[in-house]
Amino acid sequence: MKLAILHELNTERAARRPVILVTDTESGEQRLVKAADFAKDPLRAELDKQLRMGKSANVEAGGKKLFFNVYAPTAKLVIVGAVHISQALAPLARSLGYDVTVVDPRTAFASPERFPDVPLVAEWPDTALPPLNVDAYTAFVAVTHDPKIDDPALLHAFERNCFYIGALGSRKTHAKRGDRLRAQGARDSDIARIHAPIGLAIGAVSPSEIAVAIMAEITAVLRLPPKEEAA
Amino acid sequence: MLDRDEDILKAAEDWHKAGRGVALATVVETWGSAPRPAGSSLVINDEGTFLGSVSGGCVEGAVVTEAMDVIESGKPKMLEFGVADETAWNVGLSCGGTIRVFVEKVG
Repeated sequence: MKLAILHELNTERAARRPVILVTDTESGEQRLVKAADFAKDPLRAELDKQLRMGKSANVEAGGKKLFFNVYAPTAKLVIVGAVHISQALAPLARSLGYDVTVVDPRTAFASPERFPDVPLVAEWPDTALPPLNVDAYTAFVAVTHDPKIDDPALLHAFERNCFYIGALGSRKTHAKRGDRLRAQGARDSDIARIHAPIGLAIGAVSPSEIAVAIMAEITAVLRLPPKEEAA
Repeated sequence: MLDRDEDILKAAEDWHKAGRGVALATVVETWGSAPRPAGSSLVINDEGTFLGSVSGGCVEGAVVTEAMDVIESGKPKMLEFGVADETAWNVGLSCGGTIRVFVEKVG
């Protein structure tokens, strides 16, 4: 690999921009294709497909055997609510490779004693969230149970097009939340994006089990093809 | 903390900057049950230090040895490891899978 390509690859990854490294496995020739340049690439269909799946693979094109190495940004997890569940969720998500941040304006909750080694932001969502650069490679969970904190956080998650948005609460709680968010300008399609009740239905009881259910659901959304295509 | 690809590639760049010979090994194909998916990489320097993985540890030793040749010659190599491939390589994957690993020099 040419040093210039390696350097560019590291730069793009640091900036959380997806790229695919295309290698001709016979000649060793390589080129780096940025997602922003896919549209004008002769291999755009193949590039799009592999990035969507987040999977590196061999592709035959124009009589050449090519290897597409897909570099999608490291997924982030933003947890709004420094609650008991979050104490289990944060280390679990980190072990799965996520960059985790916990946000909670209530300093009694967002304390380093309760969250050793986890980046904590003890501010209201309006202040805490913008600097976190929440993006399409971010999973976002709101678990405070307090509408004053969860609602503005969820509105931010809609705006930033997070790949996963989850919120704690029963169906009844969630219906009320939907009404409140709509009153603040959220669309039905935004509300429909919220996974609530949060987590896969595995009968989770303890905070750790709920954390497993949440991470299982996030993993499924990240890795499985979108539902309309799965059919 | 597990080694992430970005740390591995950053190490490749840092080692090269520090004047080391560096090779990058990447899993390009897997059949059957393979421990690491395509795209997984291992970076090796000319001191034999390595970071990352291309298998669960079954074939890293052989890949490092081959990487030394690649650093020396500058020519990329395609390696194949599998349980049924004992004639080509003395190492196999205990899980029964087969993997192909592309090894290239950095710089």
